[in-house]
Amino acid sequence: MDILLQQIINGLILGSLYALVALGYTMVYGILELINFAHGEIVMVGALVALAVLAGLAGTGLPGPVMLVIATLVAMAVCMVAGLLIERIAYRPLRTAPRLAPLITAIGVSIVLQNLAMIIWGRQYIAFPPILDIQIYELAGATITNIQLLIVAVATLGMIGLVLLVNRSRLGRAMRATAQNRDVAGLMGVDVNRVIAATFVIGSALGAVAGVLISAYYGIGHYAMGFILGLKAFTAAVLGGIGNIPGAVLGGLLLGIIESLGAGYIGDLTGGFLGSHYQDIFAFFILILVLIFRPSGLLGEQVADRA
Amino acid sequence: MNLLELHSLAVHYGGIKAVKGIDLHIAEGEVVCLIGANGAGKTSSLKAIAGLLPAAGGEVLFRGQPITRLPAHQRVRQGLALVPEGRGVFPRLTVEENLLMGAYQFDDKPQIRIDLENSYSLFPRLQERRAQRAGTLSGGEQQMLAIARALMSRPRLLLLDEPSMGLAPLMVQKIFETIRGIAAQGVTLLLVEQNARLALEVSQRGYVLDGGRVTLADSSESLLGNPQVRAAYLGA
Ligand SMILES: Nc1ncnc2c1ncn2[C@@H]1O[C@H](COP(=O)(O)OP(=O)(O)OP(=O)(O)O)[C@@H](O)[C@H]1O
Ligand SMILES: [Mg+2]
Repeated sequence: MDILLQQIINGLILGSLYALVALGYTMVYGILELINFAHGEIVMVGALVALAVLAGLAGTGLPGPVMLVIATLVAMAVCMVAGLLIERIAYRPLRTAPRLAPLITAIGVSIVLQNLAMIIWGRQYIAFPPILDIQIYELAGATITNIQLLIVAVATLGMIGLVLLVNRSRLGRAMRATAQNRDVAGLMGVDVNRVIAATFVIGSALGAVAGVLISAYYGIGHYAMGFILGLKAFTAAVLGGIGNIPGAVLGGLLLGIIESLGAGYIGDLTGGFLGSHYQDIFAFFILILVLIFRPSGLLGEQVADRA
Repeated sequence: MNLLELHSLAVHYGGIKAVKGIDLHIAEGEVVCLIGANGAGKTSSLKAIAGLLPAAGGEVLFRGQPITRLPAHQRVRQGLALVPEGRGVFPRLTVEENLLMGAYQFDDKPQIRIDLENSYSLFPRLQERRAQRAGTLSGGEQQMLAIARALMSRPRLLLLDEPSMGLAPLMVQKIFETIRGIAAQGVTLLLVEQNARLALEVSQRGYVLDGGRVTLADSSESLLGNPQVRAAYLGA
């Protein structure tokens, strides 16, 4: 088996998930310059709602793919409403407050969501039910499953859809205009509040899809899964250049590959001192390096251009 | 009927009283200017008219209706457009995307196309640069874009905040020719300028703002001849 190729494939799958979540961070940051730390929890809610729906559908005899589609749609709907409420209740009243206030609020929202989830779903890990027949394909010495292919396909579709929406549609143009100059967007007839709300709703929908895919990927869901995931996706967004949509995709994929390669070789690199379960350190190592050497990220605009 | 009326309009920034109750009116088809020194409250007044700043007191009437508490995006829909100080183009949108933002409220594609073509015949330079990011344009080109973009909203009243600011004399001339052209098409204009002579030359009436109060209101011709105005604003 070709280990290097296998690590890269694994990295791309993981990376496409990070990218999908990173888009939510970057969209909100682009428009509000707010790091919406609660976004990781939205992903968790998406995963747990989908798992609950799947559990509820267990006896119905519906085909697995149909169940998955239903679960995903319900998760998206719940997360879109949650995103809308969070923006309306937690962030909008602080729109003109000093920047630290919404940031602290974001952390607060994230804690509230996590605890709510713990109360609703408990502390145990929830297994993703075996509704899909797993098939394993061989590819030049590496293997990939049908579920992994599905993950990459859905994530790619989500990203393409978002890019088209932002670059081609009237709403997308209004989002970009609002991000660049909120007052002037209002002068153009844009209802800025609605555009900001739409940004949260769209980001949350993508987050819900990511949550479903992530629980399918790892085979489990957990009330605290959003925390580390959120941090990694945030890292991916910063790596690509926060506020920049292609940057979030690039940052996500790169982070996935780096983590996967790192996990594969960390044992050799440290003479067996650190094992593959230390793979999480790479994300934070990268975050620190980016913040020190290139805070605008790989594709980020120079700060002066953000005026 | 007056297109715009301000009754004792006041604008505050926290404790700072920038505009201290001004009265002003503009009839349909008029070109009116508002002149005054740095910090007189010109921009604050325009922002309050356009809905970017709340009125701390007084009323704004547009076509006889109070709009004092409407958000900016609803005032545009009534036909009130502001070309803001410093142009406010969207730097990372293309020239054409900026223009289309001006027509955001409309969904009649054919008419938007026609308006777009009109913008380009008004400013051929913009057509040459239609696919370029607006942030890469020169100051004069950005001013053209800001004016053309405001016209895309098919305004009844166009508010212009210092369109000559920071431009080379030749460009200032070009912009003012355009402003004359827009007025000739029947768009009502409220022009704010530090360049008082130019402003008084294109307008029919003028208001002089000083320390947040209207200190003089007269025909532009009389203001041009007024010794006080000449001494304070015309450098003569
Ligand atoms: N954001 C703000 N916060 C506090 N004070 C402000 C703010 N903007 C303007 N001011 C104050 O309000 C007063 C009026 O300012 P305004 O910008 O309306 O004047 P202006 O006539 O447009 O001046 P200029 O010719 O320099 O553009 C000034 O004293 C200014 O310092
Ligand atoms: Mg001003």
